[in-house]
Amino acid sequence: MVSDQHVNDVAIDIRSVSKLFGDFVALDNVSVGILDNEFFTLLGPSGCGKTTLLRTIAGFEDVSSGEIVLYGENIAGLPPNQRPVNTVFQQYALFPHMNVTQNVKFGLLRQGVDEATATRRVNEVLDLVQLTPFATRLPSQMSGGQQQRVALARALAPNPKVLLLDEPLSALDLKLRQAVRLELQQLQSDTGITFVFVTHDQEEALTMSDRIAVINNGQLQQVGSAEEIYEAPKNKFVANFIGETNLIDVNVTSVSDGKASCSLPGGMAFSCSAADGAITGDGHLSIRPERVTLVSPAKGILRGTVTRQIYLGTDMHVDVQLEDKGLVKVRVQNSSSMRIPPVGDEVGLNLEADAARLLVD
Amino acid sequence: MAAAGANISKPGSGIYAGSGVALMLPSWLIIGLFLLIPVLLMLVYSFLTKEFRGGVIWEFSLDAYDQFFFYRGLFGDEPPVLEWTYIGIFWRSIWQAGAATIFCLIIGFPTAWFIATRSGANKSVWLFLITIPYWVNLLIRTISMKFLIRDTGPLNEWLMWIGVISEPIHMINTNFAVQLGLFYSYLPFMVLPIYASVERYNFALSEAAADLYASRWETLRLIILPAVKPGVIAGCILVFVPSLGAFLAPDLLGGAKTFMIGSLIEEQFKGNAGNWPFGAAASMILLSMVLVALGYYARQQNREA
Ligand SMILES: Nc1ncnc2c1ncn2[C@@H]1O[C@H](COP(=O)(O)OP(=O)(O)OP(=O)(O)O)[C@@H](O)[C@H]1O
Ligand SMILES: [Mg+2]
Repeated sequence: MVSDQHVNDVAIDIRSVSKLFGDFVALDNVSVGILDNEFFTLLGPSGCGKTTLLRTIAGFEDVSSGEIVLYGENIAGLPPNQRPVNTVFQQYALFPHMNVTQNVKFGLLRQGVDEATATRRVNEVLDLVQLTPFATRLPSQMSGGQQQRVALARALAPNPKVLLLDEPLSALDLKLRQAVRLELQQLQSDTGITFVFVTHDQEEALTMSDRIAVINNGQLQQVGSAEEIYEAPKNKFVANFIGETNLIDVNVTSVSDGKASCSLPGGMAFSCSAADGAITGDGHLSIRPERVTLVSPAKGILRGTVTRQIYLGTDMHVDVQLEDKGLVKVRVQNSSSMRIPPVGDEVGLNLEADAARLLVD
Repeated sequence: MAAAGANISKPGSGIYAGSGVALMLPSWLIIGLFLLIPVLLMLVYSFLTKEFRGGVIWEFSLDAYDQFFFYRGLFGDEPPVLEWTYIGIFWRSIWQAGAATIFCLIIGFPTAWFIATRSGANKSVWLFLITIPYWVNLLIRTISMKFLIRDTGPLNEWLMWIGVISEPIHMINTNFAVQLGLFYSYLPFMVLPIYASVERYNFALSEAAADLYASRWETLRLIILPAVKPGVIAGCILVFVPSLGAFLAPDLLGGAKTFMIGSLIEEQFKGNAGNWPFGAAASMILLSMVLVALGYYARQQNREA
């Protein structure tokens, strides 16, 4: 384990990095500090620039402007073979003519490690990923999950300071993916290596990461822990991309100290937390469906009609059409004590004040 | 891509097994008609007696092979000694063909690499450009080459004009001219198979190698070359084998000093002066050499797989 003073060191400091392909902006002035010994995830929709950012860290892609500082050293100009980072590729990119041992040993030998030490290290790493019985197999003779672990072992063997993983689980089926998630997390905390993990799967990001960076259109949207990102999204994109949310049109009358007062559709006044940078005027309130409660029409701060019910096992999903405008999704737990109003019923809605959040547009 | 790794079975096994015989019939027919029968004819001819004005007498004889390997004096009545003339010609041919193969590889590999790494439409343009000269008959191209490099030809005149040389360089009838002819004749046979294998190469492997601290040279040697090896070997075979039997380039561009197997064989069949059984025997010896080399290569491949 790494000592406490170490934990807060910045491993990779990405400073105002931009990347252009022709005049297409793939990364737009991205700045973020990835901490030592952290499981850091880059999350965003397809084409947002996650792979591009990872490739600039690995050195496969030059930055158009900005700096990448690795433990105090600017590495933006170094070729990939001089950067103490290793990559687990999306399609694994295992060397097809080499067996598992040779694949894993490759990086060690290129670093000039002697044969005996390299062999010892390979055995150690194969043991770690439970591939010892497969040591002499060729990649083509292994399943997708096994290949994925070879790729992991190969990247871990040289003991990099930082491990970059580009959607390493996307080729696996759901069951295996869930198992490997836990293994990866375990591996990260055992080795103390900084992981930079790319995914477009929000569930993967939420369950595995210490911190998450949400990216859209090459721009960093928000960086924070899973809880921060889910509970306190900064803008509409983050609120929508992570989990399900309701966006309610409001008129904001005042914003101060992270609090906002606004008026809801129908005219009721409401106060809630506000994201940094939220302003007065027309705005959007985000509230998760499970933070909305169904009450009798007279007691609600919003009123509407039930238009749809979806049974989800443990939960029930209810769509409520507001009287004024907009649709609110409500999620209630299925329990015998609770009567869920049928379609067509008039209902009132209450919003948990500490869960509602005024967004930056 | 190998990444899925699910399909391990080989073609020819599983559901396709058995239905082969009927489907293979056309190929067997063509191979039989145009390959096996002509070769068998040559084999038979090489064991017949020569007719002086060309053609053969249908009488078994080992004379052709005897003449190839042994010298029995001017009248054939002295004790046999090893005849070096033809073995020498073979040796020189192998040497010439080998050198041509190496030159084609040195130029062809980077060319193929360059073409394969262009983007979509450009690739086709480059491939087309490479093949353009081959729309013209080999004989005409070889004669043009002779015209280009002769003492008073454009190449020498140009070199003198820019002042690199003051006297023409004598190129015709040298090994250099033969090499140039062979190189020019067979370069695409090197470029195309290598192009095909570079085209299939997964460039993520190069990135993975660089990521694992390999230098460019190590990446080339340890990752790229093994991956494109089938293309390189196919290219080498496709250049070496026809170069070995070539007679146009040696005939037109070389002289007596650069006489090669192809010309030797050609002379035996052309005109009345020839010796058909001897030509057939030389062909069979050439063929068996090529087969031994290919067989050796195939065994190596099997051992690796
Ligand atoms: N070499 C390139 N030339 C031109 N455009 C590129 C190049 N590489 C990436 N792009 C563009 O940059 C954008 C970001 O690509 P990137 O591969 O980083 O996306 P991603 O976030 O990893 O997406 P995915 O989840 O689909 O892998 C895309 O719009 C892509 O088309
Ligand atoms: Mg990607």
